[in-house]
Amino acid sequence: MSESEKTKLKLEEIHIHNPKNKIKDSIGYRVFTVFNTIIMILVAVATLYPFLYLVAQSFTSTQAIIEGYTGLVPKGFNIDTYAYVLTRNDHEFLRYYLNTIIYTVIGTVLSLFFSSILAYPLSKPNLKINRILSPFIIFTMYFGGGLMANYVLMLKLGLKNSMWGFILPMLISTYYVILMRSFFMSIPKDLEEAGEIDGLNKWGVFWFIARPLSTPIIATMTLFYAVMYWNNWFNAKLYLQDKAKWPVAYFLQTIIRGAGANEPDAQNMTANIKSCAMVLTVLPIICVYPAIQKYYVQGMMLGGVKE
Amino acid sequence: MSEKVEQKQLAKPDEWSPAKLTLGKRIGKDFRVNWQLYVMFVLPVIYYIIFRYIPMFGNILAFRKYNSGGNIFGEGPLTLKYFKQFITGKPFWQAFSNTLILNGLYLLFRFPLTLIFALLLNEIRNLHWKKFVQTVSYLPHFISMVIVCGMIKELLSTSGPINDVIARLGGEKISFISLAEWFRTIFVASGVWQSLGWGTILYLAAMSGINPSLYEAATVDGANHFQQVMHVTIPCILPTIATLLILDIGGLVGSGGAFEKVYLLYSPLTYETSDIVSTYVFRMGIESGSINFATAVGMFEGVINLILLTVANFVSRRVANTSLW
Repeated sequence: MSESEKTKLKLEEIHIHNPKNKIKDSIGYRVFTVFNTIIMILVAVATLYPFLYLVAQSFTSTQAIIEGYTGLVPKGFNIDTYAYVLTRNDHEFLRYYLNTIIYTVIGTVLSLFFSSILAYPLSKPNLKINRILSPFIIFTMYFGGGLMANYVLMLKLGLKNSMWGFILPMLISTYYVILMRSFFMSIPKDLEEAGEIDGLNKWGVFWFIARPLSTPIIATMTLFYAVMYWNNWFNAKLYLQDKAKWPVAYFLQTIIRGAGANEPDAQNMTANIKSCAMVLTVLPIICVYPAIQKYYVQGMMLGGVKE
Repeated sequence: MSEKVEQKQLAKPDEWSPAKLTLGKRIGKDFRVNWQLYVMFVLPVIYYIIFRYIPMFGNILAFRKYNSGGNIFGEGPLTLKYFKQFITGKPFWQAFSNTLILNGLYLLFRFPLTLIFALLLNEIRNLHWKKFVQTVSYLPHFISMVIVCGMIKELLSTSGPINDVIARLGGEKISFISLAEWFRTIFVASGVWQSLGWGTILYLAAMSGINPSLYEAATVDGANHFQQVMHVTIPCILPTIATLLILDIGGLVGSGGAFEKVYLLYSPLTYETSDIVSTYVFRMGIESGSINFATAVGMFEGVINLILLTVANFVSRRVANTSLW
């Protein structure tokens, strides 16, 4: 638990357990608390409603969908739609899903590696080259090549229709590198110096001292990069013509946008079929992100602090 | 050990007299001590050169003819004709103003709402309830734009729940997605829905860093809760507010974040309110193959974006004493 979290908890304790404090609450503040709770409930409901709606639709029978059923309790409950989505067109959904998993795993591992070997040297304030390296990296956040120049480059590199065309354009995110750098900066210097005295070289210090101390940021970056690869459809649209290489997000895009050429039967897909595909795609993210919430909140906090 | 002493001796003189050595020489000396760190970033720097800087210079295609499969920096003499082409065309200006309007409206709603939501979250005393609301509100941030837009289309379709409610209330069903006058509302509302929770993280971080003694002092001075928020919380998080505002203003012309959503939701029926610069670039460059023309449009947007960001940064440094660089 970080220092600030501790003080916050302490503050909270003072608030809750201090009887003086309770007496001091004016009527105005109590009214506000009720009002605040109602707002929070509304926000939570508004946030969750679309997800619940999709889930309900995915279990509703096609008959009820055609009749225009829009409730949150599945009508004519069935899992046939799921079976249909998973098996239609020779199990194509599973193939897209597998592609997404492969791209996400390979991409995330590479991204983590490349980002950390850049962020670590950047986090050393006494490294003289950072006077040049830092602006060199950060400038790319404010100005870039734009869509066309990138596209032309990718064609020239022959990355069209290859997995690397999907992964390489987003291999290193400058923003994430900055977040990692901020975290590495917060590692106590004494520990790294102790490692050097014990005979580790700089790489050893990075791998055996900094890395194990960086679980929070590594967990955060794993989530962020994995979500980025999992969700990306645009690189697939630009560079993956071969349907066998599509990630699931791009497949979803073709059925949701209903663009004729790629997915001729998209127009005939009922809402429950689309909902099934969406629920299946979103499910892993919903399961994972709350588990490491404390890490990414901490990671974002450190990154938000000005250097 | 001796290496460390040496490092200190090296570091001392140029800390005190930076003028004595040029940066190049200092880097040279530094390299001898820290070469292992220099080796570490070689691969990422090569990546940045190939995938970030070459395309940056590839913007020259805005001025030189590109032949399919040819030189990525174009061929032949420099020309301004691609700029002239789009500057004199109506679709570009429509896209440009739509970009400004959509981003501006979005900022206008999202920015204050996020701040208010953060302040309200900060007032929740039950930690479990607070954590629950936060977790739920972060969810949309992690969802693919494809899914978000899929949801929007399902919810707003003529057989969807919103039209169902309208019909039950005796109203006429509205095909929201294909009506130009609804596009801005849909864009802004869904944007706020998606970013409200995530946007509070940095504010809450800043708030948790406020020294509790400030609140105690304010209480002693007789400030009520509302006054504490106005005179302690907000002034303390002002640097955070300023930084986020600069970033947002810098992004007003850029359409990086908006591209996916607009592309997934728009159709020729709604171009007059929905087409933004980046979707225009995509249609011209990728779909119609006018590479040079699209590069010129994209570069124009990028340069204006950079100028806006620089100005916003300058103003913020003057006014709030906070800046990005």
